Amino acid sequence: MNEYKDLKLTVASSPHVNSPVNTRSLMLDVLIALVPALCFAVFFQGPKALALTLVSVAGCEFFEWLYRKLLKKPQTMGDLSAAVTGVLLAFVCPVTLPYWTVLIGDFFAMFVVKQLFGGLGKNFLNPALAGRAFLMLSYPVLMTTWAKPGVSNWFGLTAQSADAITAATPMGVMHGSTVADPMLPWKAAESAGTLRDLFMGNVGGCIGEVSALALIIGGIYLIWRGVINPRIPGAYIGTVAVLTLIFSRGNPHFEWMLSQLFGGGLMLGAFFMATDYVTSPCTPNGELIYGVGCGLLTVFIRYFGGYPEGVSYAILLMNVCTPIIEKYTHPSRFGVSKEDIRKAKEAAKAAKKGGAEA
Amino acid sequence: MLHQFFGGVHPAEHKDLTEHKATTPLAEAPAQVVIPMAMHVGAPCKPVVAVGDEVKVGTLIGETTGLGAPIHASVSGRVAAVEPRPYGGGGMMMSVVIDNDFQDTPDPCVKHRDNVDALTGAEIIEIVKNAGITGMGGAGFPTHVKLSGAVGKVDTLILNGAECEPYITSDHRLMLERGEAVIGGARLMAKACGLTEATIGIELNKPDAIEHLKTLAGSDVHIEGLKTRYPQGAEKQLIQMITGRQVPPGGLPAHVGCLVSNVATAAAVWDAVTEGKPLTRRGVTLTGGAMAEPMNVLAPVGTPVGWLVKMAGGFKETPDRLLYGGPMMGNPIYDLDAPMMKSTNCLLALTAAEVAEQDPAQTCIRCGKCVEACPMHLTPLFMRMRVDKRKWDEVEALHVMDCIECGSCNYICPARLPLVQSFRTAKFAIRDKAAKEKAAREAKEKEAAKA
Repeated sequence: MNEYKDLKLTVASSPHVNSPVNTRSLMLDVLIALVPALCFAVFFQGPKALALTLVSVAGCEFFEWLYRKLLKKPQTMGDLSAAVTGVLLAFVCPVTLPYWTVLIGDFFAMFVVKQLFGGLGKNFLNPALAGRAFLMLSYPVLMTTWAKPGVSNWFGLTAQSADAITAATPMGVMHGSTVADPMLPWKAAESAGTLRDLFMGNVGGCIGEVSALALIIGGIYLIWRGVINPRIPGAYIGTVAVLTLIFSRGNPHFEWMLSQLFGGGLMLGAFFMATDYVTSPCTPNGELIYGVGCGLLTVFIRYFGGYPEGVSYAILLMNVCTPIIEKYTHPSRFGVSKEDIRKAKEAAKAAKKGGAEA
Repeated sequence: MLHQFFGGVHPAEHKDLTEHKATTPLAEAPAQVVIPMAMHVGAPCKPVVAVGDEVKVGTLIGETTGLGAPIHASVSGRVAAVEPRPYGGGGMMMSVVIDNDFQDTPDPCVKHRDNVDALTGAEIIEIVKNAGITGMGGAGFPTHVKLSGAVGKVDTLILNGAECEPYITSDHRLMLERGEAVIGGARLMAKACGLTEATIGIELNKPDAIEHLKTLAGSDVHIEGLKTRYPQGAEKQLIQMITGRQVPPGGLPAHVGCLVSNVATAAAVWDAVTEGKPLTRRGVTLTGGAMAEPMNVLAPVGTPVGWLVKMAGGFKETPDRLLYGGPMMGNPIYDLDAPMMKSTNCLLALTAAEVAEQDPAQTCIRCGKCVEACPMHLTPLFMRMRVDKRKWDEVEALHVMDCIECGSCNYICPARLPLVQSFRTAKFAIRDKAAKEKAAREAKEKEAAKA
């Protein structure tokens, strides 16, 4: 009566279906979300922005392949995570940076920060930001040579004009420690751009960080696609907004706050760097704490630190705190109320006391 | 007001395959049924018939030997064998095999009851017990045990019509076609455990069922539409959604004053009380991408799975796997001679394309989607890391025993890691260790007593 005796049926543990989202599609979504920022960067800073990004992507993919080849590990090229690191590392470098420098950054990010700790999912620092920190320490002048935004960048792909070296950045003008008098970018003797310029990206700065508009578009895309949730960027940007509004150093205060939000790397950091899966907490409450921590450190470094911009170091420092944040933010156990926990604690204390007396 | 439960996922529903197809009796009854003696939580029943005995629909064939529910013949005919046969729980189980005479002669115990309203709660529980009714949503807990344990302890009766698993539509069709039986059964169950009201929870993706039951329900049966979100129909999540209460770890719904039962169980209670019918047949959804004609059927318990597949037109393409139940929590079938049971609500034939792709080479990227998806507030990624290192104490400290194996974390994992499988391994290892420790302690105590 059984006509299907030859049928080979798989016996496996449930569940038998999976969501269509996989690691590769998540990384692809991140790359798509970075496209608007790249377009704005090319428009304001010239085709070199695109060339530098492509070189960086190729570098990251190559170094990851090389490491895994040398150590005879399975190749993981398909997951696109190295490509994301490549784009992000290029985005936090100035457009004037020579190609060889960015390749050194790629090497550090892929070999030292990512692969030596075991590859994807095991590194404790954000590879792109660690790569940038390494370049900042090794080549501080190259890393702070800003191109003046504008059409002139479209000519002379590699030549560095005199303009490029003198361009002021909004963060430099607003910085407290290195300039005598922090002020709004457009009030400086040499204007570093109006609020509108800051929002659009028509200012001096790293390739990917200048256009707040493009980054917000990318961030909204990521949230809409469910790749990231709004907790980390929300907590991060919210913290910076509140602190800079209360402790404003320019007049009007609201414009100072907006300049702090749109200037520098905050949007890139909040939407793309701090939300890096591997180096941010996995627990919902942990994500909020982490975001607030990033915001506090960013404002502290901007106000009291030696650098005009603090996003990358703030995020790196919070990366290091991630394990301990996770340890203390496990979701509350199902079916155990706060009241129950309090009672259990009291009982434990009483038992301890009783034991000591005995 | 409805409450929320934390987490969950929303897999593709695929309910359109069968949701508009009325439940029909099998076009051809099976020539033979195989009725296993364990279709419930508890001890297997003891067969009370011998080879050659005549049985009718509803004749008692298996008696309880402890916790359990009696088992009745689902077709009329002659007992062909009483022997171990392959069954749905895996392995072999003592079964009563009946050759069908296609007469469907009812047993004399099946008779209409007029004085339904005059029945007391205890009488209803007795009828439910004798009718062999078990939970029809999955686990198969004997319903009379649930009801008698609830008397005086619960204040809320919840009937589960969520049917949150993809593909399955048997409860949906039941609510549409036999709404009176569901509502009637709800009232009887409420009375049995000393309550006057009941709540039926239904996911909002079944608006027709919600509307239909609302027109039938009086003021004593509340119909709640629930957001479509898996695992809405999991007992603990359903309680949380409707009452806001959380069942404590290791506890039962009764600990928070709730009793949860399936809508199909309520209909079975109605049939048992009003018509005297034991639980011998049920609605089953035959579906999946490999099934030629997906449909809902009313089939006798014990029908071999292969026969059901044949009734659905056979396979239109080679299935990768065949499941009892839905794709999220269903159990795989490896022998088509295995019978459908009292708790079989669906027979799902998935093609290779529908099944999850497996890629063991990938690693966890710490995206945290599993933490967000877990309705039991667990941290699957941290538990898995420790399972890999076989650190059972640490896994236990992360409350792996709270895991309801709903599969939400596994479903959402972008690295396709076999999370649920690793938690099952951990649970088994932890239980095993506890049992061994207990045995060692008892042996020691015995020795000490001797000395």
